[in-house]
Amino acid sequence: MTALPSANPNTKRRRTWRKNAMMPSVPTIALFVLPALILYTVFMVYPLVQALIFSTFEFNGLVRGDFVGLHNFQELFTRYPLNEQLPRAFGHNVAFFIGTMTIQTSLGLLFARLLHRPRFGKRFFRTVFTMPYLISPIVVGYLWRLMLNPLFGPVNNTLRDVGLGDLAKPWLGDPATALPTVILVNAWMWVGFPMLLFGAGLAGIEDDLREAARIDGASDWRIFRHIELPLLTPVIGIVTVLTFIGNFNAFGIVWSLAGADGPPAGATDVLGLVFYRTAFAGGPDAFGLASALAVLMFLFIFTVSVGVQTWFRRLEDKLQ
Amino acid sequence: MSTATDTSKRSFRLPKITFATVGSNGMLIIYAIIVLLPLFIVVTNTMRPTREIYKEPVALPETINFDSYVIAWNEADFSRYFVNSLVITVASVVLGTSVSALAAYILGRYNFPGGRFLSAFFVAGLTLPFRLAIVPLFLLLNSLGLIDNRIGLILVYAATGIPFSVFILASFFRQLPQELTEAARIDGAQEFTIFGRVMLPLVRPALATVAVFQFVPLWNDFFFPLVLLRSTDKWTLPVGMTRFFGEFQTDWSTLFAGLVITTLPLIILFLSATEQIITGLTAGIRK
Repeated sequence: MTALPSANPNTKRRRTWRKNAMMPSVPTIALFVLPALILYTVFMVYPLVQALIFSTFEFNGLVRGDFVGLHNFQELFTRYPLNEQLPRAFGHNVAFFIGTMTIQTSLGLLFARLLHRPRFGKRFFRTVFTMPYLISPIVVGYLWRLMLNPLFGPVNNTLRDVGLGDLAKPWLGDPATALPTVILVNAWMWVGFPMLLFGAGLAGIEDDLREAARIDGASDWRIFRHIELPLLTPVIGIVTVLTFIGNFNAFGIVWSLAGADGPPAGATDVLGLVFYRTAFAGGPDAFGLASALAVLMFLFIFTVSVGVQTWFRRLEDKLQ
Repeated sequence: MSTATDTSKRSFRLPKITFATVGSNGMLIIYAIIVLLPLFIVVTNTMRPTREIYKEPVALPETINFDSYVIAWNEADFSRYFVNSLVITVASVVLGTSVSALAAYILGRYNFPGGRFLSAFFVAGLTLPFRLAIVPLFLLLNSLGLIDNRIGLILVYAATGIPFSVFILASFFRQLPQELTEAARIDGAQEFTIFGRVMLPLVRPALATVAVFQFVPLWNDFFFPLVLLRSTDKWTLPVGMTRFFGEFQTDWSTLFAGLVITTLPLIILFLSATEQIITGLTAGIRK
């Protein structure tokens, strides 16, 4: 959810003075570093490594049993209902990602561009558009569940009042509209995030470039298309990767907007929900199965993220 | 105020009213309405009785009364959820920020063997989908007797904040001038004194960014308390919300009040620390 670290251009220069600096003793260094290191290793790194090991063991409740090789992985794709729920949820996550990229990212870019120049109300718009992102996904989900309620919800009520009663429908109750509705609500919540990242990217482009093009008679659109957009390539890459990771981790917003089983009839089921149900609402061997699913999801998210980043870096090289 | 200067500049050279300016302003205003209108409906409906909401979902309250907040706070246990959320979030942020500042100071200021590896090790946590480790984490906390225990959740939360905090704070410590440390050392100050008295006050803006930036996702988190806390008297607001929406499903006025109570601290935090939040969100892009 945070932007990825970038190289600090000043490290080289600084390293020379640090050589001359008085180095604290090893116990002092340990005293400073160990609290964070222990907390981080015990509660973050160790469980992640263990998930990999657990995926190859049979579990009976909380007790770890025998080594079973890839049996848990096999079960994921053969045991009912997982064998049906997993591919369906995966498909929903892909649709979720594509939908989010088209709506949220293009709106974010549009707003960032419109708010780039100093203008009246810039701060106001930026604050308002970022606000929903700070609200808990659970709150956003329940809020829109009430808004979209088929009988008493303000959305359908307003549609009826303005004579568009035909459009008033059970948005979240109809399998055809449920997932698109979840995607739209999610975009409503997140649009400020790409907007801020693109805004920071646009602020990093030197005004001389724009001025030079303008003197040559380039229109605003051509400046955007041929100068700003290519220079934003790295930011588009970061936004794509972060959106991808966020979408494949979606959980709370779907839970509160639709439900823990992805209703209606699994139309909004996503991998996050399947993973939760496998781990905490499954049979006695649930922990082994869930660990196997965790490993698969991790590998998938990791591979695609690295792939996308590499692809964007190559694109960047080609453009320069 | 920047708005004031913007307006005065405008009056000097009026912009040409073109199709493009009307279009862009129109888009921004329409989207601002799309964001604000649902929030406005939520707040106004907390002051209207449920049967009026059923009759007409979008309307201004006829009288101002805050009964729905009282019901949510007392009868729907929001007082308890709120205190739990506050204690857990604040404790996690304080613990996470403190240990991160200590580590970031050494990693940012000194180039000792293994230091680069340690920095990379901490930063690697930024990209890990940590929720996937819930099963081993559950078993670990279970063996430590920390399931259904707020301290267990605080330790986990503090750990999740470390990668981002170390990353940001180390880059700030790195930028501080070397002369400060040398002067203090000549005066005979110990490393910990230099850290606490000289360096820490200088990175206060970064500390604020890091603290605010941990606060928001922890306050909002649903997944970890759902799995790690059992008894309802230990629940935080997002988990309490699920029970609340089951029990009060026909009492919309109270439901809306619950949404407001959960969100209000964040809105206040955001309006008072907008810049910190935006800096945190765009870290790595702005240099």
